[in-house]
Amino acid sequence: MEATNKISKFLFTWIVVFLVWLAFTSTFNIVEVITGIIVSFIIAIFNFGYFTNMGLKSFSPMRVLYFFQYNAVFLVALVKSNLNVARIVLSPKLPINTGIVEFETKLESDFAKMVLANSITLTPGTFTIDFVDSTFYIHWLDVKVTDPEEVYREIAEPFEKILLKIFN
Amino acid sequence: METILEILGVIFISIGAAFLLLGSIGILRMPDVYSRLQAGTKASTLGTLGMLLGIGFFEPAWFLKIFIIMIFVILSNPISSHSIARGSCRSGIKPKLKETVNAYRDAMESCEESIKKDDK
Repeated sequence: MEATNKISKFLFTWIVVFLVWLAFTSTFNIVEVITGIIVSFIIAIFNFGYFTNMGLKSFSPMRVLYFFQYNAVFLVALVKSNLNVARIVLSPKLPINTGIVEFETKLESDFAKMVLANSITLTPGTFTIDFVDSTFYIHWLDVKVTDPEEVYREIAEPFEKILLKIFN
Repeated sequence: METILEILGVIFISIGAAFLLLGSIGILRMPDVYSRLQAGTKASTLGTLGMLLGIGFFEPAWFLKIFIIMIFVILSNPISSHSIARGSCRSGIKPKLKETVNAYRDAMESCEESIKKDDK
């Protein structure tokens, strides 16, 4: 179990590093590809322990599908948030109603929490200040609700629904 | 074909520049450090993405490299501003709040607690 886990982690790291190499060289020239395979092999040997927790399981089709769904939701939210900031910044009265709210997340792994925190930072009017264990503290430009449950529904739910499917 | 790509490139670079400008105005106009970070982070992320995309349309051969740079920007930009916000929260800079929200106090207490924990 331990050994297969390590091999799967190593293969995952190797494949990802090699794909990055291919993207950076942008060519299928045979010399470049062989160099890439060797270099990414060497890098993967040293780094696979830190790079991933799940290994090849990350490539399962459902997970990749949810990943794309997540990106779509995220990009829409990013554009919305920018229009929101533009509206606030350009209106002469500066209509903000700031406050710091909190909510509890259901995510467990650190990486998933990091992704959620980043997404919240880039979505309309909200900004992650800190999280302690599973409590997130959010700076909100336009406070609508303060109860943690409702805050969770308002801010985190659209992302967390998908993240729970990806990471659990 | 090339003209179309160039027009698209110009459009995306202009959109990016516009959002960067809005972000800078936001940094000037917002009342405290946290709100300023809000404006700065969001606008600079989408502004940078728009500019990179525009450059990608100008030079289609670079598109994959630019895609990787975009991923790095999306991952690293919020993290840096998140750590600035956390640092200012821990060093005791108080946000200017129009509405008193309870979690504000709790958050400050938790900041102080975590500072104490780190001191031990």
